[in-house]
Amino acid sequence: MTTARLKILSGAGATLQDAGRHGYMRYGVTPAGPMDPLAFATANRALGNDLGATAVEVSVGGLSVAAETPLDVAIAGGGFRIEHDGRTLPSNVALTLKADSVLTLKAGSDGAWGYLAVGGRIDVAPTLGSAATHTRSGFGGLDGRALRAGDALAVEDARASVGEPAAMIVPWLGRRPDRIRVVLGPQADAFASDEIEAFLDEGWTVTARGDRMACFLKGRPLRHAAGHDIVSDGIAMGAIQVPGDGLPIVLMADRQPTGGYPKIATVIGADLGRLAQVQAGGGVRFAAVSIDEAVAARRAERDALAPAIRLEPVVRTAFSSEFLLGLNLIDGVTA
Amino acid sequence: MTETPLSDLETPRFLDAGEAALVVEFGATVDPAVNDRVLELDAALRARTPEGVVETVPTYRSLMIHYDPLALDRSALVEAVKGLSRDDASERAPGRAWIVPCCYDPAFGEDLIEVADKVGVTPEEVMALHSGADYRVYMYGFAPGFAYLGGLPQTLGLPRRPTPRPPHPEGALMIGGGLAAVASFPMPTGWYVLARTPERLFSARRNPTFLFEAGDTLRFEAVDPETFAELDARAGAGEVVARRAEPQA
Repeated sequence: MTTARLKILSGAGATLQDAGRHGYMRYGVTPAGPMDPLAFATANRALGNDLGATAVEVSVGGLSVAAETPLDVAIAGGGFRIEHDGRTLPSNVALTLKADSVLTLKAGSDGAWGYLAVGGRIDVAPTLGSAATHTRSGFGGLDGRALRAGDALAVEDARASVGEPAAMIVPWLGRRPDRIRVVLGPQADAFASDEIEAFLDEGWTVTARGDRMACFLKGRPLRHAAGHDIVSDGIAMGAIQVPGDGLPIVLMADRQPTGGYPKIATVIGADLGRLAQVQAGGGVRFAAVSIDEAVAARRAERDALAPAIRLEPVVRTAFSSEFLLGLNLIDGVTA
Repeated sequence: MTETPLSDLETPRFLDAGEAALVVEFGATVDPAVNDRVLELDAALRARTPEGVVETVPTYRSLMIHYDPLALDRSALVEAVKGLSRDDASERAPGRAWIVPCCYDPAFGEDLIEVADKVGVTPEEVMALHSGADYRVYMYGFAPGFAYLGGLPQTLGLPRRPTPRPPHPEGALMIGGGLAAVASFPMPTGWYVLARTPERLFSARRNPTFLFEAGDTLRFEAVDPETFAELDARAGAGEVVARRAEPQA
């Protein structure tokens, strides 16, 4: 058994996340877990890890790490600009880190959350069965806090078998936030039907106030049919609550498990990551779909991750079309 | 949109919170009878959990069922819920009654005098009212181990503060908006702090991690600061310092 150490050199807002802390919402415990569950699972899948294995979630604050010994890593989601050992790499990439050579992720022009999975098992003591960091309650990760310079993650059963950088062929991450799909409810009846139409037809802007707890939207305020206070009930990830000021708040990974504002709609599982990846100032529109459509989209995600992820060596000349797709040209990253 | 009468406790509403959570709603108010139905369904589902149910979250008036829609159809889940009977909930432990020590000394009951002024009684009367009532644990929420309690005497039914006060300490007994609460984690709050309990509502190192279950009943018992300090030390060492009330004869 080999133990490697991944040193954190910088990384404002980076946290350790796994699939989330489940089973304790009834006691007021926030599940946490990744903001973009599909990108998180993709990074783990690329290395053959369990899909819910503990990984580093990177925010727009970026990340800089180095390993003392060669170590496999895979990065997915968020369109980050990635550099290692003097090379610029595609934003969805797997490679073996060279010993003591720095890997940096910098936020691109599009995207907000990236995932760095490692070949092996990041060894942290779980809280209530999970390593997912929830900083507000001080649970998970390293002492319940975000990662910071000087931390070193112990990686058990460490592997170094990927070799040279390879672009991950993951077209399902090439998503655009054109229309975020929602299922109406559970309290759509707290709004008049023309207000629901306005919610779906009008564009919304993601404000800079957002964090792992919620995405705050700006636009024409919605009017409630009968008050904005309801007796608290449960909150699912993606629930769009509308408080008294009429501006929707989409509750994300670090949401509280219950709350007392009417929820006009809920973002479907397959589009949670698409919404999370919209940077502050970006626009979104919503489209109502049926439960069946939401389940079909979820099934398509699961099926995409079933086979091993194709890796294509990063080369500087002969670009294949699939390779170009993997580069995420939207971000202007061209290796 | 059609409305099922909310007053009819026998006919819950099934509301979707996306494709992976179903809300079974028994009412729209804070009412022990409504909460009983929620907790009965929760107990029945825990006794006979359909494959694909991830976890359930009881609240005042509804049960949220988180499920994996790739393992369990929404329609199959609704049928399973409708197929549960009260017998399935019969093994639910009846709500337990607890006596919870707390200290109303001004150092602990930081807002006691302010509350007395606002409702027009003496601080001693606030203390007597607060410690003379039986509270029902309706639900947890807001933070790990933050319990929402019903049963606050009407005299103490102040609205919440318009702007939050500085963080309350761990174990704060608070009132606001006609409800009471026991807080676990220190946080800024719009509630008023009347007292503090040495009991830990949440302790990751103790079994049980969370002391009270929804449906339990609490009564607060005033202790002096010296007793508080002693109980606080014992609770900090992992002991449960609240005690079970004697069953009523």
